[in-house]
Amino acid sequence: MTSLAHAQPPRRDRVWKNRVFMVAMLFSMFVAFGTLVVLLVDTILTGWPALDWKLFSEPPSTVPAEAGARPAILATLYLGFLVLLLSVPIGVLTAIYLEEYANRSRWWNRMIEVNIQNLAAVPSIVYGILGLAFIVRGIGIGRVVFAGALILTLVVLPTVVVASREAIRSVPDSIRQGAFALGATRWQVVWRQVLPAAIPGIATGSILALSRAVGETAPLIMVGAITYVAFNPELFGPYTALPVQIFNWTKQPNLEFQTLAAAAAIVLLVIVLSMNAVAIFLRNRYRKKW
Amino acid sequence: MTQMETQPHIDSSRIAEITRGLDRSEIEGREKVFSVTDLAVSYSGKVALQDVSLDVHRNTITAFIGPSGCGKSTFIRCFNRMNDLIPGAEVEGRVLYHGDDLYARDVDPVEIRRRIGMVFQKPNPFPKSIYDNIAFGPRVLGIKGSMDDRVEQALRQAALWDEVKSRLKDNALGLSGGQQQRLCIARALAVEPDVILMDEPASALDPISTTRIEDLMHDLKRDYTIVIVTHNMQQAARVADMTAFFSVLVDEEGAARRGVLVEYDATTKIFTTPSDKRTEDYVTGRFG
Repeated sequence: MTSLAHAQPPRRDRVWKNRVFMVAMLFSMFVAFGTLVVLLVDTILTGWPALDWKLFSEPPSTVPAEAGARPAILATLYLGFLVLLLSVPIGVLTAIYLEEYANRSRWWNRMIEVNIQNLAAVPSIVYGILGLAFIVRGIGIGRVVFAGALILTLVVLPTVVVASREAIRSVPDSIRQGAFALGATRWQVVWRQVLPAAIPGIATGSILALSRAVGETAPLIMVGAITYVAFNPELFGPYTALPVQIFNWTKQPNLEFQTLAAAAAIVLLVIVLSMNAVAIFLRNRYRKKW
Repeated sequence: MTQMETQPHIDSSRIAEITRGLDRSEIEGREKVFSVTDLAVSYSGKVALQDVSLDVHRNTITAFIGPSGCGKSTFIRCFNRMNDLIPGAEVEGRVLYHGDDLYARDVDPVEIRRRIGMVFQKPNPFPKSIYDNIAFGPRVLGIKGSMDDRVEQALRQAALWDEVKSRLKDNALGLSGGQQQRLCIARALAVEPDVILMDEPASALDPISTTRIEDLMHDLKRDYTIVIVTHNMQQAARVADMTAFFSVLVDEEGAARRGVLVEYDATTKIFTTPSDKRTEDYVTGRFG
């Protein structure tokens, strides 16, 4: 008869290795999580005094006590909405083509796939330069909200395509077969079975992509989200965006502007984090079990 | 398919007792629904199945049996052109459906699948309500008339109505495996097909659910022509009128394996006095 009492005690070096590994993991976690907490706490403490209604109601001003970020906040919301409107249909249709229609034995389809993966890795400033050359100057619509939205759409499109493909691919093939076997056409199979089942995944991916777009600064500086805008943005009018506004305030020597920048950063954080929260909620709520 | 190894040796005299198929002469007196001549299927140039010729008759149950890799599932998918959906799949030879070539240029596979329904190995209800599962087919085909009546009729035919009538709006994924499979049968019936193809419909089910499906097939035989693939020999013996035994042919180098039709006859004959040695070895459990 064997009992635990007679079992060999674990060797010393095994216990030791176990502990070292544990410490290494905890340390890594602390670096990642601790940095985030310090950043958040510091921003909130710095920005708190300036976080008032004035920030939302007033345009920027040379006098820190009167300055707000209304045009920037509005423009960021406009941009977010436009990016969603442009990138989701284009991204989802591209994903449907690649997943459901494209024949992978054709070289052009493989080329499109590789290209999209590469585009996701292109630095956003490159999209900014492209936008400046082809959209702002090429088409000549100028430094307007719509131009900014087009550039941000290009920035997030690969992400939306990749996320949508992932969602479409996770719909089991047995669903497609079942629908085809009933005499549905390919379009009916996609539109009535695959897409409804993929929507939670597509929504999650799109929102995460959008929250990236809302935080983007570099490409917007290239296509002329200008610093000082004292009026509400219009679709084809000059604008500034929240990250650009923050960037410009931090450049000011006056310390009160630093406080304003921190307050605006809190607003941006709240927007981005709540979008991510919606994405996580959607993902958990509609998690499919086939 | 791994059940094959664990299956106990079959006592062929006992199998003969449970067969309840029709006589060959009676079967062959019925109209030909399918007439297959010299069929071969290949995937990306590799032959999976070759030299198949057989007829399927109206209001009968025809079973395809054989070891794994013998091409029986590949074959059944030729009848509703499901192989079209697999890139690289090629079908040679001729499949006539009521005398018309299924693979003729002007034939629309979508129209074929509407007349020739299919039930799969693993129950695959759509992630929707029970009602919407049944209504999907009639809706995509634009069939007119009362949907409620159609749903009820299909569920009754599949012997599922009494179990689900109070919860038609519930998600179909909440049903048991056996109920899900009967739902899939009901879904196929709702578009009023002529033929029902069943690809190992009971292999994922428990014995009681299996019995219900088999009883259902006997009832459906009155109105439909049924073709079933099964790896379960007793099941073929219990339900089928005609049985086709497929085997795997391995070439000299042992590289290429392809399915061939060994013997096709009345089920009673296949299980009692098969003409081919390979069939006999298989049904008596000496091989497989």
